[in-house]
Amino acid sequence: MTLEELLQRAAEEREKQAAFRHTIRVCVAAGCLSAGSDKVKAALQAEVEARGLKHTCQVKGVGCLGLCSVGPLIAVDDAYCRNVTPEDAGGIIDRLGDRPAERLYLSAEMPFFARQQKIVLENSGRIDPERIEDYIAADGYQALLYALHEMTPAEVIREVTESGLRGRGGAGYPTGLKWSTVAKADGGGQKYVICNADEGDPGAFMDRSVLESDPHRVIEGMAIAGYAVGANRGFIYVRAEYPLAIQRLRAAIRQAERAGLLGNEIGGTTFDFSIAVRLGAGAFVCGEETALMASIEGKRGQPRPRPPYPAESGLYGKPTLINNVETFANIAPIIRKGGAWFAAIGTEKSKGTKVFALAGDVQNTGLVEVPMGLTLRDVVFDIGGGIPNGGRFKAVQTGGPSGGCVPEQYLDMPVDYESLTKLGSIMGSGGMIVMADTACMVDVARYFMEFCMTESCGKCVPCRVGTAQMYGLLTRITKGLATAEDLQLLEDLCDMVRNTSLCGLGQSAPNPVSSTLRYFRDEYLAHIAGRTCPAGKCEMVADPEKEVA
Amino acid sequence: MANQNVKIVTLVIDGKDVSAQQGQTIMQVAREAGIYIPYMCHVEGLSNIGACRLCLVEVQGQRRLLPACTTEVAEGMVVTTNNERLRKYRQMIVEMMFAERNHVCAVCVSNGHCELQRVAQKLGVTHVRMPYLHPKLPFDASHERFILDHDRCILCTRCVRVCDEIEGAHTWDVRGRGTESRVIIDLDQPWGTSESCTGCGKCVNVCPTGALAEKGRATAEMTKKRQFLPYLTIMREEDWA
Ligand SMILES: Cc1cc2nc3c(=O)[nH]c(=O)nc-3n(C[C@H](O)[C@H](O)[C@H](O)COP(=O)(O)O)c2cc1C
Repeated sequence: MTLEELLQRAAEEREKQAAFRHTIRVCVAAGCLSAGSDKVKAALQAEVEARGLKHTCQVKGVGCLGLCSVGPLIAVDDAYCRNVTPEDAGGIIDRLGDRPAERLYLSAEMPFFARQQKIVLENSGRIDPERIEDYIAADGYQALLYALHEMTPAEVIREVTESGLRGRGGAGYPTGLKWSTVAKADGGGQKYVICNADEGDPGAFMDRSVLESDPHRVIEGMAIAGYAVGANRGFIYVRAEYPLAIQRLRAAIRQAERAGLLGNEIGGTTFDFSIAVRLGAGAFVCGEETALMASIEGKRGQPRPRPPYPAESGLYGKPTLINNVETFANIAPIIRKGGAWFAAIGTEKSKGTKVFALAGDVQNTGLVEVPMGLTLRDVVFDIGGGIPNGGRFKAVQTGGPSGGCVPEQYLDMPVDYESLTKLGSIMGSGGMIVMADTACMVDVARYFMEFCMTESCGKCVPCRVGTAQMYGLLTRITKGLATAEDLQLLEDLCDMVRNTSLCGLGQSAPNPVSSTLRYFRDEYLAHIAGRTCPAGKCEMVADPEKEVA
Repeated sequence: MANQNVKIVTLVIDGKDVSAQQGQTIMQVAREAGIYIPYMCHVEGLSNIGACRLCLVEVQGQRRLLPACTTEVAEGMVVTTNNERLRKYRQMIVEMMFAERNHVCAVCVSNGHCELQRVAQKLGVTHVRMPYLHPKLPFDASHERFILDHDRCILCTRCVRVCDEIEGAHTWDVRGRGTESRVIIDLDQPWGTSESCTGCGKCVNVCPTGALAEKGRATAEMTKKRQFLPYLTIMREEDWA
């Protein structure tokens, strides 16, 4: 397909859609689907059909609408409806053009929706993820064909560099710099592009949602990357626990191939690019780039020391560009609207937006995309709606098992890479867990340590044994069995495991402990010296003498 | 060996000026200079994996500690192989190795010939501050000549590598993860039933502890012969050159 043909198809599809007076969008991403949104969609379609409204009202399945806690969620033109059941279908159609019934109605003006700024999720909840035409009508693949026809690879990289985009997989490495390194590497004719969709952080589902809601955007980003760095083969590594994402991704790849937007001579140019999907078995460590590549090669998913970095020696020993799903999802808009446009959003060092999976003790749980630099308070209290049932805020955990807890006094800090790191947490991939004062911080640290312990691949000693030792010590503390020496040993282990582990898993495993020790040391001391859990969560062993710890 | 194109670099290790061939690791160059860096997963002649973390060193300008066994030297590098911080970390790593499984030296076939023991002595590890994890582990005596005692295994994977890289049999591998990891034979079966094992005994001889031993050895009797390794690797390199 040439750029002209693409624009033509986009115009045709938009015209077709404009013919409908009303559009009902039903979320068919995993969250709402599990609440029965497919039945809601079928009921609405039947109702439209029965009333002969087929030509004025379209009912379409779309990706995530964001507010997962009140699914099934639908959008009737510009108004949202929550907790919709198939029985509501008739009433909803009755009131087309009017405000939906009060019980269902959610205003698009509520802060949850109004305060978000969508780039990565611009099509989520708007287009049908199973139809390439819908993506094309939303300016899809224009960036790819424009880049292929009008830009040199160096110009593409310059645009990405200018945007200031940083990797969304956790570490925040500058994307443009990574691309230019791979572009310069000599692969002897072979280089690879990998999309990291392993998403192993507990509670995080940003990447899954992007793949379920807008898979073509990731494909387009990867193809542009392939052109920029000189690679013609791509892999998407997705965990097998994401069956819907995988299904939609595979369908999207087939559609793109058929449309000539993937495969040989894309858009009538000499650029070839193909994408294969590889399934992971759900090990957290396989999200680590070197372990991920070993896994794709069919080996045990274990990291290896870097250097050499993947940019120099990656998949099958060839120069490899590896980026996160959300990183790739930002590429097409950057090429379409320019790096300067993107760089104008966010803070000085953190550009653009970030998608967060908001979870825990917060009113509005779900997926949100906010500009970098918004304060934690805005996210938790304004967008998130605060703590439910009049509870009191205690901390917000970012960065998953590699991150840390931020207490109330820092709620006005901006959400950006540097600020979160300064607070002893990290941006991470976007998990954000809100905790009320009923949470025991030692127990929280213990939970994350258990995760790291069971997910440690076992290759290096500090991570394999150190996480088990730290978990044991945290368990002793929560049972009221620990001594001051145990706490000292725990702190020594934190320092040692952080500085000696082979990969990021071990290097960051102590973070939840260190950050809770930093802000909630009194809770640790209460468990140790006072043998009480201030949050009333941990049960102390009655007679410590008897316990063989 | 035809090595006309080898570049020579100079660097500083522990304040000492040394020269090296490009492509050598810090570990190799330090050894040539008579500087001891402790290690456990490394064996000269096998691939390096940087897993035990005992050989971590400080390299000026690098934020992280780097394993001496996998890090190649570079012109102008300034390396510190030993200071208080590194000693502390190494002691803790050795303590963790002892605490992970059931290392009872007094009844071990390798007592007195054990690399783990030797490293512990060199690093001045006199007691283990960490709780012992006391896992319940099996013992495999099904092979006619060798035994596998998981209680003494530190998961260095030397056996895995020597079997794959030198013997070419790839009988050994690792299953599970974290502290549940275990070396296995073929498809996790008794050694005596292995069809790929050639019985060459290389794994036994590279094993740093008493995890792999010859049958019929009493406590403290098992010495390991490793001279074959450098010899074999050199022979092969010459063959291929
Ligand atoms: C234990 C561990 C797990 C990781 N999991 C993921 C993951 O699930 N998804 C991801 O994109 N990056 C993950 N990473 C980071 C990757 O190693 C890598 O930095 C990232 O994919 C690079 O992409 P980016 O530059 O776009 O962020 C993980 C790292 C570690 C150490």
